[in-house]
Amino acid sequence: MLKRVHFGPSLLPFLLVAPQIAVTLVFFMWPAGQALYQSFLIQDAFGFSTEFVWFENFQILFEDQYYLASFQRTAIFSLSVAVMAMGFALVLAAMVDRIVKGVMAFQTLLIWPYAVAPVVAGALWVFMFDPTLGIFAYALNTIGYDWNHKLNGNEAMLLVVLAATWKQIAYNFLFFVAAIQSIPKSLIEAAAIDGAGPMRRFWTIIFPLITPTSFFLLVVNIVYAFFDTFGIIHAITQGGPAKATEILVYKVYNDGFIGLDLGGSAAQSVILMAIVIVITVIQFRFIERKVEY
Amino acid sequence: MRISKYILGAVTAASFATGAYAQVEIQWWHAMGGANGERVDKIAADFNASQSDYVVVPSYKGNYTETMTAAVAAFRAHEQPDIVQVFEVGTATMMAAKGAVYPITELMADTGTPFDQSVYLPAVVSYYQTPDGDLLSMPFNSSTPVLWYNKDAFKKAGIENPPSTWDELNADAQKLLDSGMTCGYSFGWQSWVMIENYSAWHNLPIGTRENGFAGTDTEFTFNNDAVVNRLQSVADSQAKGIFKYGGRRGDSLSLFTSGECGMWMNSSAYYGSIKSQAEFDFGQTMLPLDTDVADAPQNSIIGGATLWVLRGQPEDHYKGVAAFMKYLSQPEVQAWWHQETGYVPITTAAADLSREQGFYEENPGTDTAIKELSLNPPTPNSRGLRFGNFVQIRDIINEEMEALWAGDKTAREAMDTAVERGNALLAKFARANR
Repeated sequence: MLKRVHFGPSLLPFLLVAPQIAVTLVFFMWPAGQALYQSFLIQDAFGFSTEFVWFENFQILFEDQYYLASFQRTAIFSLSVAVMAMGFALVLAAMVDRIVKGVMAFQTLLIWPYAVAPVVAGALWVFMFDPTLGIFAYALNTIGYDWNHKLNGNEAMLLVVLAATWKQIAYNFLFFVAAIQSIPKSLIEAAAIDGAGPMRRFWTIIFPLITPTSFFLLVVNIVYAFFDTFGIIHAITQGGPAKATEILVYKVYNDGFIGLDLGGSAAQSVILMAIVIVITVIQFRFIERKVEY
Repeated sequence: MRISKYILGAVTAASFATGAYAQVEIQWWHAMGGANGERVDKIAADFNASQSDYVVVPSYKGNYTETMTAAVAAFRAHEQPDIVQVFEVGTATMMAAKGAVYPITELMADTGTPFDQSVYLPAVVSYYQTPDGDLLSMPFNSSTPVLWYNKDAFKKAGIENPPSTWDELNADAQKLLDSGMTCGYSFGWQSWVMIENYSAWHNLPIGTRENGFAGTDTEFTFNNDAVVNRLQSVADSQAKGIFKYGGRRGDSLSLFTSGECGMWMNSSAYYGSIKSQAEFDFGQTMLPLDTDVADAPQNSIIGGATLWVLRGQPEDHYKGVAAFMKYLSQPEVQAWWHQETGYVPITTAAADLSREQGFYEENPGTDTAIKELSLNPPTPNSRGLRFGNFVQIRDIINEEMEALWAGDKTAREAMDTAVERGNALLAKFARANR
């Protein structure tokens, strides 16, 4: 009884959500619909001749071994970035948690890289590892390793993974620090009184209690590696050498903006959109349930 | 200094806006950065100063690919410029967009501008002509590959004349190695030099339907014995150090200018770079002839970019565009551009003027490119090429050739795969532009 109609029908709530709805429609639904429509077309660059082909663009994609290879590459890239970025961030967060003096200074410094734009991050790493100019390439050379990511695909992949990881550590760190600090001190103190050392306390108390955060970060990091690393890859390798670092989102750009194959490029975007939807569903289904120990 | 220029510009613009008549503004999007960008600005400024009806406004839109993409996107949004500079591999894409481009011949006829196509170098304009001989776009910066060689190293190795055949080139490379060098020769832009130009030079087609000139229903044929044998022999000679691969575009320039490789095949437009970087005496000569394939060279094909006129602008713009194209073709303008940049002049008159001015005498070899281009009247095999999606296809060819140099594939395998992958893209283009 109580739950029924506290407020009379009013236009106000609709008015209040209208701007948000409008933004969503204009900036999300409309372009997504356009991409979906475009993915059913084979069209020339200028848009003069258009043929509606249903799913043929998708069929072409899945018969293209280079597209499938890009999938595999993206999986390797995203997992490497997610695991490394989270691993380093967790170690740093656990250590900062134990610092007594100057916590703020450490935290601030560790968060800094997050403020660096992807392209700038890419440029930094490109300079450090440039085969002829880079200081790290030079250092590697002195110990007898001939670094050249412009010719060696594995080195190129390693470099973009490192750059993307470096940039994401700050974000993960922030969340891990917050998660660790939200664990009741009494739990940790009780364990300490029972004689558990720092490592044991971390693995048996802190680590299980931050799993919801870890899971959330895993999803966010994978989405990051899938989409937000475009700038880094564009600045460092441009997808090369010989497609060694051409992940899915870069291939969308390459086929659409360099190759002017709009239908094929749109089809790839639609597939990426489907991937995001799946990831988001997973996030809501599992994270909202709160993974707990 | 800069600020005062801006203020001056603003004041000038304001005075025009309020004046009794306004000049017609013509937007020109181009891809020439750095020093060449300044030369583009100078050409526009000189044209603007030469008359008072039109103002050409050049804007730099990034590299070739970015400029072309920008123009395509702008056209779709009805914000296109009047003139856009497009590189030669984008020709088929531009051409297929019949409603978007205003062919030069038609533009000149519609605006009543006198236009004689025969004054242009045939090898330059034939790349951009319809099968009926109408000029589609105005050649602006064109170059062709030549063989650059290190004269000092040649002297040291006891080589009198630069090679004119592949056999001589290999023999000379061996002599260079014997004289203590570690690399005989290298080349850049490998698809353009070793497949497109190699084929034209020996009068071989690289694709069906007159290299795509006669229609979009075309397929590649460059996996023929001549190309495969030559590439295999180049790949095999890597072991001895005769050939060294140094990257896709101009990356291998440093191999030549540092004195590591004694010879280098790449665009004549590297003249300026080599002149400023090489600390030795260098020369340029014509591409080598493969005597197994042909008895005499045909002619080389060009690379570079042309100016395309886009439709959809008010009538009075096109009068200005036509006037600008005419201005651009003047011998004085062309000769200046040619001598400053190393690009070939687009008219015979400009080449003659450069000769009269003594440019070729002072800089021996700088007419090699023109000689190569005008060696013989172009045949359907040496007129150029017109393939859709060719930007991506060049990447495919690069990847396959790299697999060859790395020893992962034989020349036969690499070229067969390149043809197969390229044909798939050609079919896609034909379909999209039916």
